[in-house]
Amino acid sequence: MLHGLITEASSFAGSIDWLIFLVLVLVGFWFILAEGVFFWLIFRFRSRPGHTGQYLTGKEKHIKRWINIPHALVLVCDVVIVIAAIHVWYIVKMDLPPADYTIRVTGQQWAWVFQQPGEDGQLDTPDDIFTTDSLHVEVNKTYQFLLESRDVIHDFSVPVFRLKQDAVPGRTITGWFRPTKTGTFDVQCAKLCGIGHGVMEGSLVVEDQAHHTAWVAKNTPAAAQ
Amino acid sequence: MAHASATEAHAHEHATQEHHGPQGILKYLWSTDHKVIAMQYLFTGMFMAMVGGFMAYVFRMQLAFPGKSVPLFGYVSPGEYNALITGHGSIMIFWVAMPVLIAAFGNYLIPLMIGADDMVFPRINRLSYQIFLLSVLVILSSLFVKGGGFGGAWTSYPPLSANADYNLTPLGSSMWLVAVALEFVAFLLGGINFITTLMNARAPGMKAYDIPMVPWMIVIASILFMLSVGPLFAGAIMLFFDQNLGTGFFDPTRGGDPVLWQHLFWFFGHPEVYVVLLPAVGIVIDIVATFARKKLFGYKTLLYTAVATGVLSFFVWAHHQFIAGIDPRMANIFTVTTLLISVPIAEMCFVIIATLYGGDIRLKVPMLWALAFVGEFLIGGVTGIFLGASGADAYLHETYFVLAHFHYTFFPIAIIGTFAGFTYWFPKMFGRMMNETLGKIHFWGTIIPFNFIFIPLFVLGLDGQQRRIYNFQNFPELQHLQPVRILATISLVVMLFFQLFFFWNVIRSWRKGPKAEKNPWKSNTLEWTTESPPPHGNWPVDEMPKVYRGPYEYNHPDREEDYWPQNLPA
Repeated sequence: MLHGLITEASSFAGSIDWLIFLVLVLVGFWFILAEGVFFWLIFRFRSRPGHTGQYLTGKEKHIKRWINIPHALVLVCDVVIVIAAIHVWYIVKMDLPPADYTIRVTGQQWAWVFQQPGEDGQLDTPDDIFTTDSLHVEVNKTYQFLLESRDVIHDFSVPVFRLKQDAVPGRTITGWFRPTKTGTFDVQCAKLCGIGHGVMEGSLVVEDQAHHTAWVAKNTPAAAQ
Repeated sequence: MAHASATEAHAHEHATQEHHGPQGILKYLWSTDHKVIAMQYLFTGMFMAMVGGFMAYVFRMQLAFPGKSVPLFGYVSPGEYNALITGHGSIMIFWVAMPVLIAAFGNYLIPLMIGADDMVFPRINRLSYQIFLLSVLVILSSLFVKGGGFGGAWTSYPPLSANADYNLTPLGSSMWLVAVALEFVAFLLGGINFITTLMNARAPGMKAYDIPMVPWMIVIASILFMLSVGPLFAGAIMLFFDQNLGTGFFDPTRGGDPVLWQHLFWFFGHPEVYVVLLPAVGIVIDIVATFARKKLFGYKTLLYTAVATGVLSFFVWAHHQFIAGIDPRMANIFTVTTLLISVPIAEMCFVIIATLYGGDIRLKVPMLWALAFVGEFLIGGVTGIFLGASGADAYLHETYFVLAHFHYTFFPIAIIGTFAGFTYWFPKMFGRMMNETLGKIHFWGTIIPFNFIFIPLFVLGLDGQQRRIYNFQNFPELQHLQPVRILATISLVVMLFFQLFFFWNVIRSWRKGPKAEKNPWKSNTLEWTTESPPPHGNWPVDEMPKVYRGPYEYNHPDREEDYWPQNLPA
């Protein structure tokens, strides 16, 4: 539903958009019904000459069911949404598919520092590539990220991936994504982190294999080779 | 007997106070009369609403026309921008919604609606306002100290809020915290009063289910507040120590945990939503019953849904923290409880809508506001489902979608609910009728622009626009949305302009509006059985009301008129 507004560029973006669409349909139905009945009642029972009000307590069975049946149906909708929400949540946040690459993302006032493996493919080796505010990844590879913060709470947000995760000082939070589309996209900080919060933007470059291999070769520190 | 003699002693006190109490302006500053204290809260709250509204105007102008000088303010720096959004959020919740909906309406209406001559603890009541006033002075002065006002959002997450090296506002952030803590003290004192007064000072004959919804809702809200505020109060002291005494409760480098604050904050923060919602619902229900000339559809159902909402609200707090680094499995539990809360809230809306069925609906200004509350709050309610569903919140969290969602709850609560109550009880409070035409211009001039401010913000949120960002020019994906931001800002300016009609109406009606009779709306509840405005002590001592029936007996088949005041013998 959102792809008209904003690109879907990760493997789970479609699931999240599907969930948002499902919720929209269910609550949209209740919303239109409730507002429709509401305005109709205001019109139907407006004060006018010859019209008088009725005395109803709400205990009459034939009237009470107009509340009780919707009540039960709302509960049913809730159950459907809960199941769908937990299903999507499981895919995005609880499940951790095996990684092709592991990278480290560190937030600090007010920049993103990305550490990714050099040509050896291993993180935390001397040939790691460090970049600031710009992350290059390869399309159709699964990335696990280790998210950390150096000072205050930041939030690593990539809207086209539908990815968002707080970076909390003192913790390392693991997450994942799998880019499905090449291009250059925004990285945001989504948690107020001080006066430079608005300039804590980064860019995410999703490349095909050839370009990414070339980029890694070019940027692997020479001293380590 | 004890009750009777207490009442006599109180009556005596009223009599002596009139002769020996403070005179002149001091009479108003030092009064223990619940109506005067209500007015103090009301006008302080309205003043703060103007401050909060002005802040919104300044930062919306910055968002629509970034880097341009804002008329009446000047250039907005990033630090000022953060201070403005923090101030707007804190002020609108703690210094507008709370004082107006709970303290002002609670103080004014609880004694009058239950037939008491005053609150049971008039001096605690006075102290409550004085502490509240102190908190107002602290929060306002915090905006002008060296370094500027606190800019860490109304949620005040550490380490940003705990360490001046990070927030750059050493004085502002401590003063913000002190002001909030003082405000909590004021509302604890007020809450004690509301709860005790409703329990002990009801008119003879008023049983639990004869109490109108406004006192019930304010008292349930006060109980929720008292149960939830303790942990945050402790948290506020710990944060204050972290700021000023070098402790490390929330500092991970010294064994603390910043996420602990989030738990303490939201354990209060979520019930707080219902603390302000319930009084507004009470006001809306009383108005809807009166102007639909209709008995409330399911008095007990409504009361129980309010209690159920209140109880559930203690088990949903972590839905604010789905992506805050908590164990992802925990999100599942909070998704379930959060979606469950939609059941009592939906029931509440259904009951109010069903009350219209079979009515004889008069669309006077207070009724327009009350109906607008229902129509708009539904949008706030249904959009909450997107955010309660963890899988969707993983994307929508901290976007403008959240912002638009809670403005569709808080605006109906704090602004629409207040205007509903104010226009409904204005004749009682000031003894004059308000002008209907000006009232309707103000109503439509507020409601229509309101939707044009916040519906666009839903779109911005779905498009991935984050909150609390000073300038979106840095984000290539968000640049094409500038016209939407400008639309929202222009709508805000239009809405603020139409508030002039409200002030014009109030001042004009106050000075030369037609005199209000005792019961201009032909309502049933007890506040309409005394003079407008009510005298000190509310009723003459020998004419205190007795209660013979529930508050919503409209169009009763046994009676010729379409209303049946609670105090009329059968």
